[in-house]
Amino acid sequence: MEPTSKTAILYLENINVSFDGFKALNDLSLSIRPGEMRAIIGPNGAGKTTMMDVITGKTRPDSGRVLFNDIHNLARMDETDIATLGIGRKFQKPTVFENHTVNDNLLLALSDGRGVWDTLFANVGSREAERIDEILQIIRLSKVQGEYAASLSHGQKQWLEIGMLLAQKPKLLLVDEPVAGMTDSETAETARLLKEISQQHSLVVVEHDMDFVRDLDVDVTVLHEGAAIAEGSLDYVSKSDRVIEVYLGR
Amino acid sequence: MILRLLKNGIDRKSWIFLGVLFAVTFGVSILNLAPTPGSTLHLSSFVVTVLGKYLTYALLALSVDLVWGYCGVLSLGHAAFFTLGGYAMGMHLMREIGPRGVYGHPILPDFMVFLNWQELPWFWLGFDMFWFAALMVILVPGVLAFVFGWFAFRSRVTGVYLSIITQALTFALMLAFFRNDMGFGGNNGLTDFKDILGFNLQSDGTRVGLLIASAVALAIGFLIARAVVTSKFGKVLIAIRDAESRTRFLGYRAENYKLLVWTLSASMAGVAGALYVPQVGIINPSEFSPANSIEVVIYVALGGRGTLVGAALGGVLVNFAKTIFTGAFPEYWLFFLGGLFVVSTLFMPKGIIGVWGHIANKWRAARARNASSTLQANTLKKGD
Amino acid sequence: MRFIQNNLFGFLLLWGFLFFGLQATSPTLAAEDNLTTHIGTMAAANFTALSKQIEALAATGDPRVVPILEALAKGRLFFRKSDKKVVFATKVKRRYKLSDPLSGDTLGEVKKSKVKKIRVNNKLRRQIRTVLGGLTLLSPDPKVRLKAAEAIFKSGDATALPALEAAIVQELDTDIRAVLRQARAVAVLKSDRPDEDKKAALTILEARGDRDALSVVTAVARTSTGDLKAIADRTVTTIQETLELWNIVQNIWYGLSLGSVLLLAAIGLAITFGVMGVINMAHGEMVMIGAYTTFVVQDIIRTSAPELFDYSLAIALPLAFLVAGGVGVAIERGVIRFLYGRPLETLLATWGVSLVLQQTVRTIFGPTNREVGAPDFMSGAFEIGHLTITYNRLWIIVFSLMVMVALMMLLKYTALGLQMRAVTQNRKMAGAMGIRTNWIDAATFGLGSGLAGIAGVALSQIDNVSPNLGQSYIIDSFMVVVFGGVGNLWGTLVGALTLGIANKFLEPFAGAVLAKVFVLIFIILFIQKRPRGLFALKGRAIES
Repeated sequence: MEPTSKTAILYLENINVSFDGFKALNDLSLSIRPGEMRAIIGPNGAGKTTMMDVITGKTRPDSGRVLFNDIHNLARMDETDIATLGIGRKFQKPTVFENHTVNDNLLLALSDGRGVWDTLFANVGSREAERIDEILQIIRLSKVQGEYAASLSHGQKQWLEIGMLLAQKPKLLLVDEPVAGMTDSETAETARLLKEISQQHSLVVVEHDMDFVRDLDVDVTVLHEGAAIAEGSLDYVSKSDRVIEVYLGR
Repeated sequence: MILRLLKNGIDRKSWIFLGVLFAVTFGVSILNLAPTPGSTLHLSSFVVTVLGKYLTYALLALSVDLVWGYCGVLSLGHAAFFTLGGYAMGMHLMREIGPRGVYGHPILPDFMVFLNWQELPWFWLGFDMFWFAALMVILVPGVLAFVFGWFAFRSRVTGVYLSIITQALTFALMLAFFRNDMGFGGNNGLTDFKDILGFNLQSDGTRVGLLIASAVALAIGFLIARAVVTSKFGKVLIAIRDAESRTRFLGYRAENYKLLVWTLSASMAGVAGALYVPQVGIINPSEFSPANSIEVVIYVALGGRGTLVGAALGGVLVNFAKTIFTGAFPEYWLFFLGGLFVVSTLFMPKGIIGVWGHIANKWRAARARNASSTLQANTLKKGD
Repeated sequence: MRFIQNNLFGFLLLWGFLFFGLQATSPTLAAEDNLTTHIGTMAAANFTALSKQIEALAATGDPRVVPILEALAKGRLFFRKSDKKVVFATKVKRRYKLSDPLSGDTLGEVKKSKVKKIRVNNKLRRQIRTVLGGLTLLSPDPKVRLKAAEAIFKSGDATALPALEAAIVQELDTDIRAVLRQARAVAVLKSDRPDEDKKAALTILEARGDRDALSVVTAVARTSTGDLKAIADRTVTTIQETLELWNIVQNIWYGLSLGSVLLLAAIGLAITFGVMGVINMAHGEMVMIGAYTTFVVQDIIRTSAPELFDYSLAIALPLAFLVAGGVGVAIERGVIRFLYGRPLETLLATWGVSLVLQQTVRTIFGPTNREVGAPDFMSGAFEIGHLTITYNRLWIIVFSLMVMVALMMLLKYTALGLQMRAVTQNRKMAGAMGIRTNWIDAATFGLGSGLAGIAGVALSQIDNVSPNLGQSYIIDSFMVVVFGGVGNLWGTLVGALTLGIANKFLEPFAGAVLAKVFVLIFIILFIQKRPRGLFALKGRAIES
C-alpha cells in the first residue's frame, strides 16, 4: 500500500510537526489520486486539522514534503501561493466575511486577478454576475444574495463557504468538518452537495460524523497520533483491530 | 477607469459632506474678506486659520480611518507621517525666507547660522523649489510608510503589536528630530516663515487661500478614499480586516493590500501636515509625540470608524472642543479628552455617525408606525 | 538634591579627625609658643638662619606651617617694620592687606613702606618645596596625606622623591602607602634614576591601571629608548586592556541598572498585557501613582514623625501597592471588563484613563516636579576597582529582582496564582470548575497595577516625580514585554536586561538619544523577524 507519487494530485511524505515537544504529526504519509474524494477520520487530537494546516501552508512542517501535482512542494510555500495553485479550504468553523453580502463574498472568491491593481481597477460586470448566480443556484442561497453574511444561519454559512470554494475553481478542495452543528436534513443536503462537487474536483473531507462519512461512500484514511493507521473503504477500516482499538472500539 | 472609480464612490452622503464642506469654507472666506473689519458680519482671520487647521486634522483623521476603519490596522504613528509632511513644507518655507532671516544669510536658515554651519546639508537641497517640496510632502511619508509596512506586513505583525511598533516609530523620530545635529532645527523646529509662493503668510488673502486649499485637499482625499473603499480592492480590505487568514486562503496577498493602503494613507497624512504648517506657522518635533497620534485615533473613533465622513467630522469636532476648552478652562481639557476616549469606546462603538444612524432608523420606524396607526384610525373611522 | 558622598573618604575623614583631635588637644599651648617663636625669628634672619627656621618649622609637623611656607616660597610673607611681626600680605593697589599667619586674623591695610618682604633664594625655595611635600605627606590627618600623595602623583615632581621615600617608610595606612608608592613611581619615571628603578615603577603603575597611570606611562613610552621603551609600550597596552575591561564592566553595570529600571516598569505590564492580554496604556500612570504615594508618605513623615524618615520607603511600598492596585481594580471593573476581546478599543479607553489620571494628579499636586528624598541606606556609593557603585542603583537592582522572584512564587505556589493561570489559559473551563473568573480578572489586573505602583516607589528615587513620569516609561515597558515575549516572565527579565545593556553599550558611540533610537529601531525590526518575541510560545492555541 506504499503510496506512489506518479498518480497523485496530493502526496504527503513523512511529514513531522511538533508544538513545544508535542508531536502533532508523526511521519505522516498520504496520497490522493486526481479526481478522488477522500474522507479523513480520527479521534480528537489525531492531527487532522494540523494536516490541513500543513497542506494549505498555515503551518510549516519540521520535516517532510507535500507535493501537489507531482511538482510543487507546498511545504515551502505560503497560504496565498498555495491558494493560487488551486487548493481551496473550508474551515471547521464557518469563516465567511460577515460584513459583506453573500454576493460580495462570492465575488471575492471568484477566480479573477488577486493582485492589488487587478482589484483596484476591477470592473465587475455581467460575466461575474452570471458566475455568481450559477453558484447561488448550487448552494441554494439565491434568495439571500443581498443579505449580509452575518445574518445567515449556521448551515447557510457553511454552504456559502462551500460556494466560495466552488467560485475559486480549485483543483483540490479541503473540507474541514462540513456538517458540524448541522441539522439532519442540512447534513444530507451537504452530502449531496459534496458528491456533486466531487465529480469535477479532487476532495479531502475531514469529518467526525460516521453516518455522514458512510453517506459519502468513499475511501477513508484513519489518523491516530499524527500518523495514518489504516486506509480503505469504511467497512474495511472498521474491521482493522488497530482502528477498533483507538477509535471505533470505544 | 479612474473616473469610473470616482463615480462609483460618490453616494448621497458623500454629496452632503462635500456640499457642507465647501459651503462652510466659502461662507467663512467671504465673511472674512468682504465685510469691513469691525462690522457684525465680519469673521476674524483667527476663525479662518483655525478652520483651516481643523480641516487638515480632518484629512489626517481620514487617512487614519482608511487604514484602521477599512483595513484593521490601528496606527498609533500617523503623527509621524503628518509631521514629516509638515517638515517638508516647513523646509520649503524656510528656504523661501532667503536673506530676510535674523542673520541675513542668503541661503542658510537662521538656526544653521546660529549653529555655525557653513553650508546647506544635502537633504535641504531642492527645497527652494515649491514643486520639489510638494513632491517630498507626498514621497517622504509614503516611502517611510512603504519601507516600514514592507517589513511589518510581510512578517505578519498585526493587531496591538503593530500599533505598539508604530508608536515606537513616531517616538524614535521624535527623539531623533529633537537633536540639533539632525539638521531640522532641533527643539525649536522650523518657524518665522515669511511667505508661500510669494504671498505673505500674514495677509488675510493668503489665509483664506490656505483654508480653501485645505478644503480642496480634504475633498480630494475624501474622493480618493471613497473610490478605494468602494472598489473591489476595498471589499478585499474589509475582508482582510474581518478575517485576514481566510482572505489569504482565497489567494489574496494580504500584505500587499495593507501595504498599498498604508502607503496611500501615509501620503495623505503628509499632505495634511504640509497644509497645517503654513497655517500655524511652526513645526517642531513635539508634533511627533505618540500622544498626538493617539489623539487622531479618537477623532476617528468618535466620528465613526470605517465611515470616512465620520472621521473628518470627528477631527473637526474634537479640535473645536479643544479650542473652546483650552481657551476657557484649560485645566479640564485632558479630563474631557480622556473621558471622550472612554465614552466613545464604551458607549459609542460606531461613533457619532453610528448613533445618528440609530436615531434616524428609530425616527423612521416611529414615523412608519405613526403613519400606519393614523391609517388604522382613519379606517376605523370609516368603518364606524 | 541628593548628595553622593564617597564612603571610603568619609571613613578616612572620620579617623583623621579622631587622630588629629587626640594629637592636637593636649600639647596645644606648648606648640603654640613654639610656632610663634619660630615664626617670630624669621623676620630678621639671613638665608642660613632662615633655612634652619624652615627646618624647625617643618619638624613641628603642624599643618598650619604649610600655608606659611607656601607664602614664603611665593614671596607673600612679610614682616612689619615697626614690631617685626611676621604677616601675610596681599597687595591691594599700592597698599598691603595684612593678616596673621597663624590665626588668619586681618591686621588692617598699610602703606608699602611699612612692611618688608622676607626674601628667599632658589636654594631655599627648593628646600621649602621638599619640606612642604614631606610636611603634608607626614600630616597627622590621613586625608591630607592621601591628598598630598595624589597631588604628587599628578604632578610627578622628581624633587619630591626623598620626601616620598621618607613618607613610605613611616606610613601605616596601606591605602595611602599604595598611593605613595604610585606617586613615587611617577616621580622615579620623571627623575634620572637608573632604568631598573624605572622598570619597577612601571610595574607599580601597571597595577594601578587607571587613566592617570596610562598618561604617565604613555609619556614614558614616548620619551624613553631601548629596553625601557619596550616595557613601557607593553605596560601601555596592558593598562589599555585593563581600562577596556573596566569600561565593559561599567557598561554592564549601567546597563543592569537601566535594565532593572525597565524591569520594574515592565513587570506589572507583563501581568496585565503578558498574562491577561489587556493593553493598559494607563500602566505608566500606575507607576506615577506609586511615586506620588511615596511623596505623600514622606510629606506626612516630615511634618509629623521625622524620626521615621529612614523607613519611609518601607511604609510607602505596601501603600503604593494598595493605592495603585485599587485604582487598577477600579479601571478593570469600570472600563476594561466591557472591552475584553477588543484589544484596540481597550488600548484607546485606557489611554483616555491615563489622560484623566495625569490631569488629576496635576490638579492635586501641581505640574512641577515633587521632591522625594532618599533614606540613608540608599545614599552614598562605594568603589570596586575602577567602578563607582551608588547605593540607590544597587538597591533598585536588588529590589527589582526581589519583586520578580516574589511574583514568580506568587504565580507558581499560591491559590491565587493557580487560579490566574487557569483563567488565562481557559476561561470557560476555569469558570466551569467554580473559579469566579470576574473576580480573578479584577485581582490579576489589580496585581499588575499594584506592581507598577511598587515600581513607582523605587523609580521615585532616581527619576523626577512629575505627572509625566508614567509617559516616559510606557513605550519602554511595552517594548520590553513585546521583545521578551508575551506571557513569559523570564522573557520580560531577559528582555529588560538585554535592552538596558544594549542601550548603555550603544551610548558611547551614538550618544544617549541616538542609542535609544537605535534600540527602538532594533526592536521594530526584531518584532518583524520574531513577532512573538524572544521566548515565543508555539502552537495552535496561540494562532488566534
